[in-house]
Formats: sequence, structure tokens, C-alpha cells
Amino acid sequence: MNLHVSGDIGTRTLAIIDAMKDLEGPLLPILHEVQAEFGYVPQESLPVIAKALNLSRAEVHGVVTFYHDFRDHPTGRHVLKLCRAEACQSMGGDAIADRVKALLGIDFHQTTLDGAVTLEPVYCLGLCSCAPSAMLDGAVHARLDAASAAELVQEARR
Amino acid sequence: MTVRIYVPRDAAAVALGADRVVAAIEAEAAARGLDVAIVRNGSRGLHWVEPLVEVVVGDERIAYGPVKPSDVASLFDAGLLSGADHPLCHGATKDIPFLKQQTRLTFARCGITDPLSLDDYRRYRGLTGLQKAIAMAPEEIVREVTDSGLRGRGGAGFPTGIKWKTVLEAAGERKYIVCNADEGDSGTFADRMIMEGDPFVLIEGMAIAGLATGATKGFIYTRSEYPHAIAAMSEAIEIARREGILGPSVLGSARAFDMEVRVGAGAYVCGEETALLNSLEGKRGIVRAKPPLPAHKGLFDCPTVINNVISLASVPVILDRGAAFYRDFGMGRSRGTIPIQIAGNVKHGGLYETAFGLSLGEIVDHIAGGTATGRPVKAVQVGGPLGAYFPRALFDTPFDYEAFAAKDGLIGHAGIVVFDDTVDMLHQVRFAMEFCAIESCGKCTPCRIGSTRGVEVADRIAQGIEPEKNRELLGDLCNTMKFGSLCALGGFTPYPVLSAMAHFPEDFSPAPRVEAAE
Repeated sequence: MNLHVSGDIGTRTLAIIDAMKDLEGPLLPILHEVQAEFGYVPQESLPVIAKALNLSRAEVHGVVTFYHDFRDHPTGRHVLKLCRAEACQSMGGDAIADRVKALLGIDFHQTTLDGAVTLEPVYCLGLCSCAPSAMLDGAVHARLDAASAAELVQEARR
Repeated sequence: MTVRIYVPRDAAAVALGADRVVAAIEAEAAARGLDVAIVRNGSRGLHWVEPLVEVVVGDERIAYGPVKPSDVASLFDAGLLSGADHPLCHGATKDIPFLKQQTRLTFARCGITDPLSLDDYRRYRGLTGLQKAIAMAPEEIVREVTDSGLRGRGGAGFPTGIKWKTVLEAAGERKYIVCNADEGDSGTFADRMIMEGDPFVLIEGMAIAGLATGATKGFIYTRSEYPHAIAAMSEAIEIARREGILGPSVLGSARAFDMEVRVGAGAYVCGEETALLNSLEGKRGIVRAKPPLPAHKGLFDCPTVINNVISLASVPVILDRGAAFYRDFGMGRSRGTIPIQIAGNVKHGGLYETAFGLSLGEIVDHIAGGTATGRPVKAVQVGGPLGAYFPRALFDTPFDYEAFAAKDGLIGHAGIVVFDDTVDMLHQVRFAMEFCAIESCGKCTPCRIGSTRGVEVADRIAQGIEPEKNRELLGDLCNTMKFGSLCALGGFTPYPVLSAMAHFPEDFSPAPRVEAAE
């Protein structure tokens, strides 16, 4: 089998695998690390991971596509996640989501044309007592209202 | 003299600006030449006053909140450091009614200590349970947990001691303790608060589980949505390892136990125990058929205890104070305390640990103080996205596993989400089905296909298309999902759907929409 692995991605993936392959059940930790390294899980990484862990490429593909977190393409410079679950709904989360979508001019799972912001839904950030909540690049925000949601969008736009 | 100030590092406090408040306090103190030491504690669980700033005055901690960075100057002007009065002052924290009325066993330290200070942990009776366990035979530890009446706090309510006994008696070279910290239910945050606010108690509980069952390795499987919990938990494990609580000889007992944190990848179904085990093994989070039970063939086919965070975090106090102490709280077959998580549209949201037995009405109307919007409460969803919606007519239901089951509901992980009268229950039904469709692992047909069909049927009802026939169809579909699904995702999605239809029928008879003529 002739694997056309792009040198850079392949090498960097291998370095990640080398550091983690002795973990019990190493695939998820490796995929998280690959995504942290590249911003997404590149197709080119899959055969490298499969070979190192003695899995079929289909098995690795199956795992990557099962989990919502793993992406096969890069995001915008910032990722804004809005909670869509019940507690946030009860405090007007749907209206906040509509406002954010309108301000950004995109829907969920989309990226603004300037590549600044990717908007994603999330089902619960565990901030249900101070809903509605959001996460911008890993930083959490709660008790959002129209004004603070707009500020968050501005921050993400930068 | 240095004044100690507590500002939580809990994600809820941080999401409400705690880090900025800390920066403002530091800057203000420096500008005034005052000496303060800021401790980042866990949250007390009074989330409506977060960020909560506590100042140590004598033996008391005086509470101020919710504090914004712009409030800091006026707080200093009023005499913050001497605990002086201010519009944001609530007096001594321990006397705030929401806190004072609680029975804190599992959350005894949360919000009081520095979560990563082992000295603090020891000072508040930390590690005494583990020390007692070390002096006991495994069978004795298991009996203590069984006698306490502790039942799985993840939602299933299975007796923890019986699970442990099965693993203890299972033959196996290698056994595992897996902590289910995949807290994906909307309205719940108790696991997150323990991991961020008192991580050592979970480590201690897991180490006790290891001693009780002969397991030497533990995993905490938590969510990628919980970065603060991951950080606190990982750091606490490092400290515990350094201090000999974890490792080849737990507290010098010559018995080994170690653990690590693993992070999921955004799949709700991985909160189901067998899907979680598959995910830990590096597979798709597909539900496994039972039997075999995880206690016999769990992680990597080894005997495995899989318990929720709160179950494991309740074990140290049981070993420390004894089974009878814990069992004396509660009602019926629901023994001990339960951390109720009050969320959604409420005036006083947060965590309220109390003995089982409070009525839903007491919780919603008195403890939570009604809705934040001031409108009447219409529905309360108890137990996460798979829990039933309760109307006011059922507010006399006591918080107890059996009592909720008798009303076609469930306690689940003890989260309650309150909705005011603007909620459209048909919309909530559609969401329940949509959520199930998004999160279904796909293994069984009732869940995988049923949820998608459920969304379509809900849409037809909303459009006024043969509403009576479609309501009946939705009920029938729920029946199929309830009895034909492999796990609780497909099996319990009917709970919110059927309860909404039963208790709020007015929302399921929309006026037929008149389509515009072409």
C-alpha cells in the first residue's frame, strides 16, 4: 500500500502518537492532541494513526466522525459556542442564538466569510443556573442578554 | 495585616466575571496600599450571587455579591476589608438561608476550602475516610457502603455497594474504577462543581473504591465542555500522586491505586456507562448490550466499577462518619443526601444539598424563589433532557427515586429546570426528539429512526396536520422507543414527550394553520 502522507502533517502526527501510544486506549487522547495541533483532524493523519495503533483506516475514520468535537476542516480564528439545551432555552437562549446568527450573518456550523468566527451549538456547558451561556475559544460566559451577546460577537470579530 | 478574600474559581463564577473581579480587587488594594491575599475557592453554590466575594473577618466570612469589577471601588470605600455593610453585603455567608438550611455532606468542603490545598482538605476531615478504609478488609468497606443505602447518583439509582460487591467477587487480574463525569444533562452541574471545588474528595472516593474491590487503576471520564474541571482535577491528581495518596502504596498501605483524567469529545451518549467504556477504549461511543455487566466485563473486558462523580464523592463521608450516619438522612429507599441543582428560569439558582424528601413545590417556590422573569411557573423538567416535565399539579411529589417513578418521572442526576408560562411544550417535545436524533449512537433502531420520525410527527402537529391522529402516533412511537431501545437515551426520551402531552394538552392542539393560496 502506498500511503501518500504529506510530510509535515505525517511527521507531526507521528510525534503526537509517539508521546501517547503507551496510554491505555490511546485513540481519543491522540485525536484531541492532533486537533489541538492542527485545529482539525487532517485526513492525512488518519492512516498514520491507524498504522501506529494497528487499526484499520476505516476504524479510525469511524471514531473521528462519531464525535461532534472532531472536525475535518479548520475553523475560523475564533469559535463561538452557544448552549442550546433546555436550561438556556428557559432563559431566552433561542432569541440570543437568533440575534448572534443575525449579527454574524451565519448559521450554526458555519464560518463568517472573513474567517473570523465559527458558530457552533453546544448542548450544555454546566452553567444552567446562570443561563443563557456561551463559550468563546474556551472562555465561558453566562447570564447573556442581547447586549452582552452583541459584545461577545464583537470580541469574536476581532 | 493581610486580609484573606475568597473569590471562586468555579466556571460559573468565572463565566460571570470572577477573574475580572479578582484583578479589580488586586488593583484597588494595591492603589490603596492594602494587603490582601486572594484565595480561589470552589463555589458555595449560590449562583445568583456569583461572583461571590467573601472577606475573612475574625472567625467569619462576610459575603458580597454579585460583584462586578465596577463595584470594587465602592466596596473598598464602604470598608470591605472589615466586613462593613454595603448594598451587596449578605452578612455572614454561613447564615444565608439558602446555605444554612442545607445538609452538606458530599459538598461539605466545596466553596470553603482552596480546592488544590491538601492542608485545607485535611483540616476539614479530608482523608479520614480513606485512612479508615485502609484499616478495613475489602468486604467490610463494601458492607459499609451497602449499609449506607447509597444509590447511584448518575440517575439509575442502583445500590452502589452491590455494584462494588460484584466487582470484588469477580475474578480478574486487573480491575478498574471508572468515574462517570460525563455530565451532559442540561440543568446539572454538581459533578463539575465537585471537580472544580473539591477534587480531592473524588480522588479519595475512587481510592476507597479501589481498596474495596481490588482495582488498581481509575479513570475519570469527563467532558470537553468542562475545561476548568479538567484542569482542577488533573492538578489535584498530580498533587495526590506527589503526596503518596495515589501510586504504588496508597497512604503507605502497600496497596496500589492510580488514576487519570480522560476527556470525551462532545457525545452525549457517552454518559451511558457502556458507551463511555467503549469511548475510553478508543472506540465509537456505541452502547453495548447488557449482559455482560460492566462489573463482570467492563473496561478492556476487565471487572469494572462504574459510578457517577457524586456517588464516589459521597463515599469518603460514609467511611468517615459511618453507614448509619449517612443512612439516617432521607426517606424510604432514598437514603442520605442529594445535591439538587436548581437551574433555568429561577430567581435563586444553584446547588442545594439536602436529605431526600423535599417536595418539588418547596424546591421551586421556596428555595428557588420562583422564576427569574417573575412570571408564573408552567413546567419543571426534572432529571435532564430525558426527564419528565412536571406541572404545578404534581408539585407535592417528594424528591425520592420511587416517588418520582410513581409519577412517570425520574430524579436522574437531580437537576431541575424551571420554565415560565411562555414555554411552548410542543416546542420542547420537538427539541427532545431532535436532541435524541442528534445524539443517538445509532446502534438500535427505535432510538436512531424513532427520534427522527418523532421530530417529523411533532412538526405535523405544529402545522395542524391531522393533529389527533399524529398525537396518537407520537404516543405509539414513544411506546416503541421506551420498550425497544437499548439504553436510556432512546428509552427515556419518551419521558419528556409523554409528560408534556399528558400535563399540557392545550399546547398540542394548535389552531390549524391556513396556508396562503397560491
